[in-house]
Amino acid sequence: MTLQIAARTTGSPIINLSVFFAFVIITLFVVYKATNRNSTTSDYYAAGSAFTGVQNGIALSGDFLSAASFLGISGAIAVHGYDGFLYSVGWLVAWLVALLLVGERLRNTGRFTVGDVMAYRMKQRPVRAAAANSTLVITFFYMLAQMAGAGGLIALLLNVHSKGGQALIITGVGLVMVFYVLVGGMKGTTWVQIIKAGLLLICVTFMSVFLLGKFGFSFSAILDQAAQNSSLGADLLNPGGWYGENSMTKLDFVSLSLSLVLGISSLPHVLMRFYTVPDAKEARRSVVWCSWSMFIFYLSILIVGYGATALVGSDRIVSAPGGENSAAPLLAFEIGGAMLLGVVSAVAFATILAVVAGLTLAASASFAHDVYANVIRNGKADPRSEIRVARLTALVIGLMAILGGIVTNGQNVAFLVSLALALAASANLPTILYTLFWRRFNTTGTLWSIYGGLGSGLILIIFSPAISGSSTSIIKGVDFHWFPLTNPGLVSIPLSFLCGFLGTVLSKDSSDRKKQAEMEVRSLTGIGSKA
Amino acid sequence: MNKSVRPPASLPSERATGPGFTDRGADIGEPDFEAIQQSPEFKLLRKRLLWFIFPMSAFFLCWYMTFVLFSAYDHEFMSRKLFGAVNTGTVFGLLQFVSTMAIVLTYRRFARKKLDPQVDTVHELAGVGKE
Repeated sequence: MTLQIAARTTGSPIINLSVFFAFVIITLFVVYKATNRNSTTSDYYAAGSAFTGVQNGIALSGDFLSAASFLGISGAIAVHGYDGFLYSVGWLVAWLVALLLVGERLRNTGRFTVGDVMAYRMKQRPVRAAAANSTLVITFFYMLAQMAGAGGLIALLLNVHSKGGQALIITGVGLVMVFYVLVGGMKGTTWVQIIKAGLLLICVTFMSVFLLGKFGFSFSAILDQAAQNSSLGADLLNPGGWYGENSMTKLDFVSLSLSLVLGISSLPHVLMRFYTVPDAKEARRSVVWCSWSMFIFYLSILIVGYGATALVGSDRIVSAPGGENSAAPLLAFEIGGAMLLGVVSAVAFATILAVVAGLTLAASASFAHDVYANVIRNGKADPRSEIRVARLTALVIGLMAILGGIVTNGQNVAFLVSLALALAASANLPTILYTLFWRRFNTTGTLWSIYGGLGSGLILIIFSPAISGSSTSIIKGVDFHWFPLTNPGLVSIPLSFLCGFLGTVLSKDSSDRKKQAEMEVRSLTGIGSKA
Repeated sequence: MNKSVRPPASLPSERATGPGFTDRGADIGEPDFEAIQQSPEFKLLRKRLLWFIFPMSAFFLCWYMTFVLFSAYDHEFMSRKLFGAVNTGTVFGLLQFVSTMAIVLTYRRFARKKLDPQVDTVHELAGVGKE
């Protein structure tokens, strides 16, 4: 019976693989064509700022149409119903932070990294080092979560069940990813993201329109059918299926929501995308396009999720290899046979590749541009050597990602995504907002808010039930947790804002008036940003 | 000192009030940011921007957290059926989708009508002009 389900889940691994290989070959070709020159730092980190707002907007959404959101959220809606939907809303709303507060101002002030903006009017070396620390930690956790999912996905999509075989495939995928980054730089990575996001959007839109048609264009009919086929019954459509267990899980969900809505637009690899467009107006267009694409995607996912329960049934989804994650592939097989399943599987697989490539690029840029060029070389590094360091870092990070993916394969590391979001929201967002909009903000305040947010987030997660003391913890057998929530955001985000404020008010150093004027004028008008 | 480096002053820098924007502290031909910052044109731009983005951000955060808190703590209200199998919670969630896009489009319109022209004005004053 299980064998039969497994076979039905994966359809034909040969079709899955060949669609995936077609994707790799096409994207490699595009990467190769797109990168006629990749010699300057601006080409490598920011694609020469030559992308249009539309292209960058789709690439931006591609960063979030990850395997985790495509398979994870559709599965969460299929199995947990309303609470999965609740989770998906945050991913859309979060873009308002980028649109209103961060995006355009960031484009105008920085060049390549988050550190550019944070250190703009502060003492360069300590702030750059702090910014690089937060970027590397956040990116590392986010990447580990993506790579750890790869193993499960391979089992699900390619029917490879031995750990050795999975390790081999993770290595292969990792090497292709490193190749994209080394050869393509930001331009190649962006094109991969655009192609993937386009494919994924077409897939989910097709599936949801098909489902709606099948149920006579009545959303209510899908919900009814889903409730009948779910083990939760009518409760599928009501809140509480996932987070409603007790008051702590509810509070945990509030904390997660806060991290989600404030964290997404503070992730380093997302912020870096704003540098790939020529000016603030294009940065604004990027977010508008990205919002539309997320809007369509998450509406479709809502239908796909409930549709999977309606047509496949939650029992079959949960017992399939890959569990919840198999909802979308199972549904694809149900409505489009092995071919559609092949396309969906390949696209899901390609998302890991594309997202990890973006993360690798962000981390290598932060290390080469902030740490090497500005902290070690004091801002006097030759651009050629800076790129060499960036490529070398990308290689090291790529190998670490492969190793991390193999080691964490099969571990429950889903909390790492929410942790990365909480850390981004607490280490980056307060600092960026203060430095853009608060004239008095100074170096001490910057350091306090970065390290305050990063440190408190890390400490709280170590002593949370995600690490020890509950049935799903990483470390079993010992219990040293005292912080009741798995997501630290509810505490660490306000704490970081407070640290930034106190650091500024209590320290004696005053902010650099001249630099502050320059930054404020530049961030609002773009004067000087083209130089 | 090296006025020749600077862009041609097709700007009303002759006006009596306020310092000329490119005449001071600009030894590498850079605009005088402090003077721009103090100019009424820039102050107007800043005021317009801040008065839009902060209230709007506060609004969407409160609206989103209301949705989250209701979903987490008032199951009875969110489970009430409105039509067919669709309950309050689902409608509430879909309203978040709608409100988000409404804010995106409102901001785009506001930026086009109120911010971009003012940015151009400041650019002209600073003698940078449009590219």
